[in-house]
Amino acid sequence: MTNQTKYETHEHDVLIIGAGGAGLRAAIEGLAAGARVAVVSKSLLGKAHTVMAEGGIAAAMANVDKADSWRTHFRDTMRGGKLMNNWRMAQLHAQEAPERVRELEQWGALFDRTSDGDILQRAFGGHTFKRLCHVGDRTGLEMIRTLQDRGVQMGFDVFMECTIIRLLTDGKRVVGAFGYWREQGRFVVLKAKAVVMATGGIGKAWRVTSNSWEYTGDGMALAYDAGAELLDMEFVQFHPTGMVWPPGVQGILVTEAVRGEGGILRNKEGQRFMEKYDPKRMELSTRDVVARSIYTEVREGRGSEHGGAYLDISHKPAEYVKQKLPSMYHQFKELADVDITKGPMEVGPTCHYMMGGIKVEAETAASSLPGLFAAGEAAAGLHGANRLGGNSLSDLLVFGRRAGLGAAAYASKAPAASIDDAQIAEAERDMLAPFDRGEGENPYTVHRDLQEVMQNLVGIFRVEEDMTKAMGELEKLKARAARVRVEGSRLFNPGWHLSKDLKSMLTVSEAVTRSAMARKESRGAHSRIDFPKLDEQVWGRQHNLITRDGAGMKLQQIPVDAIPGELNELLADEK
Amino acid sequence: MADAILEVFRGNQEVGAAKQYTVPIAPGMVVLDALHYIQAHLEPDLAVRWNCKAGKCGSCSAEVNGKPRLTCKTRMDALPTDKPITVYPMKSFPVIKDLVTDVSWNYRVNKKIPPFSPKPKTDWKMYQEDMDRVQEFRKCIECFLCQNVCHVVRDHHKKEEFGGPRFFVRVASLEMHPLDNVSRVKLLKDELGIGYCNITKCCTEVCPEEIHITDNAIIPLKERVVDEYYDPIMKLVRKIRGAPKPD
Repeated sequence: MTNQTKYETHEHDVLIIGAGGAGLRAAIEGLAAGARVAVVSKSLLGKAHTVMAEGGIAAAMANVDKADSWRTHFRDTMRGGKLMNNWRMAQLHAQEAPERVRELEQWGALFDRTSDGDILQRAFGGHTFKRLCHVGDRTGLEMIRTLQDRGVQMGFDVFMECTIIRLLTDGKRVVGAFGYWREQGRFVVLKAKAVVMATGGIGKAWRVTSNSWEYTGDGMALAYDAGAELLDMEFVQFHPTGMVWPPGVQGILVTEAVRGEGGILRNKEGQRFMEKYDPKRMELSTRDVVARSIYTEVREGRGSEHGGAYLDISHKPAEYVKQKLPSMYHQFKELADVDITKGPMEVGPTCHYMMGGIKVEAETAASSLPGLFAAGEAAAGLHGANRLGGNSLSDLLVFGRRAGLGAAAYASKAPAASIDDAQIAEAERDMLAPFDRGEGENPYTVHRDLQEVMQNLVGIFRVEEDMTKAMGELEKLKARAARVRVEGSRLFNPGWHLSKDLKSMLTVSEAVTRSAMARKESRGAHSRIDFPKLDEQVWGRQHNLITRDGAGMKLQQIPVDAIPGELNELLADEK
Repeated sequence: MADAILEVFRGNQEVGAAKQYTVPIAPGMVVLDALHYIQAHLEPDLAVRWNCKAGKCGSCSAEVNGKPRLTCKTRMDALPTDKPITVYPMKSFPVIKDLVTDVSWNYRVNKKIPPFSPKPKTDWKMYQEDMDRVQEFRKCIECFLCQNVCHVVRDHHKKEEFGGPRFFVRVASLEMHPLDNVSRVKLLKDELGIGYCNITKCCTEVCPEEIHITDNAIIPLKERVVDEYYDPIMKLVRKIRGAPKPD
């Protein structure tokens, strides 16, 4: 086979794409199951998006509120997701999260403690009880460092700063991936019996986002290109509190823990406006409700100086704020000249999280494409139409582990794969094309214009007319992305990297827009100005499903799985 | 809107030179924003590492006006504008391209450190007062600025026999973990070369997480090494008891 000689090639049982919480947890489980595991990441190890998670890991450990149980966590998750969740995932998640947290502790993580010496838990939006296990406001750092050290000690191979540009299939199943080393720009073939997609989200398609440069939807786009199904792509979460001023920091996350610790939202008239929108839960309402409330206040002329709301925690003792929210204290002090122990922060919605993604089976995290598994933000199902804060880190642990198990089990039975040289040649040709163009646009310009389209036309509030326009704009952007030109060499070239990321972002942007146009109701994070109500009869019973159909994108609807009787009773329970 | 002039290193380990760029200043702008402006508008192949742009991931380390900093937390309005702002890669690591350096040495050092190993039959009860000092070490975001400024690395190039401040902090987090059951004292002395550190506190000064690296991590670890290997009374006790020497 020609590629054996032409390209650097590695072979593993399980290849994990993405080194955040889900990918690392999958790797650990794959190793424990005896598989040879490789983890490939676009950045250095330990820099994945998980490191930015602040508030905590939701798990019904009942250390603080003794009445908590998996049943309540299940009910909160399903209600928060407006029943669009995969009920089985929500059940497994609620049942297994406490054990996954204990495991982290046994691997060396140090959570904040109760006076009894147990893991401390804090309140968060949409959770009935104090449920978030945390380390100040840097829980994600603790989690990623613990998983990273565990995985390194167990002995996985890590390919850092390596970007996957295509999944390789033998027509029926996934047999590996093709990528390139950012440092030298050299291509590499990664053969594997099973692949776990743990690539995170898509926020970089919007202008105002809490997401890092890595969040370009590559995992979803790679899976889609290879033939996997994408589910519920209309459900994009806008976190209610991102920084709004100064301009350079717009979108950077302000943790929900500020509200969990007692932070109050006010408009420019000093009104505590959540009284109007959710008098019962107030600031700790679900993220979709709080984000829409802030947006509405601003639109109706009651916004803060720079177009947000005021979030105030300064009524708490300064030392308490510094201890419980240290990185928020530093972030505002250093980047915005605001001392949050003395005065309010200015905050506004920021594109934060993708509930939709690769459709997976609850038990094994297997996608619809044999050999491909997915976990974490890249996968869909657990969070339905809206994710509760804290349920992401627990998702990564519970389903990262299940994906590692599922992939290792699959790999143990999968026959040796053969690589199709034609797929590699095509991917290489597409990747190098931007260097060969004598003229063409800078990929950064196309990216900026894509962000404007998604921000302005497919944002928090959506309407048919805007989205029709967005579809037209996306077509034009696709044509422009196909003609971008890259300057310089293949060595560590961010512009070249973006030329590929752009294609991924355009694929997921189209999937989001098509799905959002189809869902003619408002549910969770998906709000239609032209269809402001829930439609239980039609849309309460179906998901949107996206698949590739030749060169085009196909949208269809599939029924929501019926929730079994016993779990359904939990949901009916008013307590 | 006022402009700033940035002088950014372009090149690799063998060849390279600073190049000047004019960048418009916006309110609250940080040096990383200026580098992004250069990528988007002037030279898209400028190599820069970054992830969170919020001081949480430790990717965007560089030397700004000669000082090792996170570029995402270095405000442009805190720098003098009457001369160009210089941005160079971290000096202690080989340059891959422009501001991107080869930091793989750090990952190799990390592998030498035995992981957390809990005491048998623990009930996993830990108290906040026992954890505060360890949690300080766990704040480390691995920006490697401390490794970069440490003169043992920077001037004496002792990468093979020295671990560096980052990994003393990591060892401290394990050694002082309330439930850990392994000693890493021999490792500190022999493989991580803690004796090379002469506590000049350069590392503490550059730490963006404000970890008291020297006072809270390195000095207590040095004391443990001294107690174990150089304390004459302990030596005598071991001799009398016939305990094996920790060699």
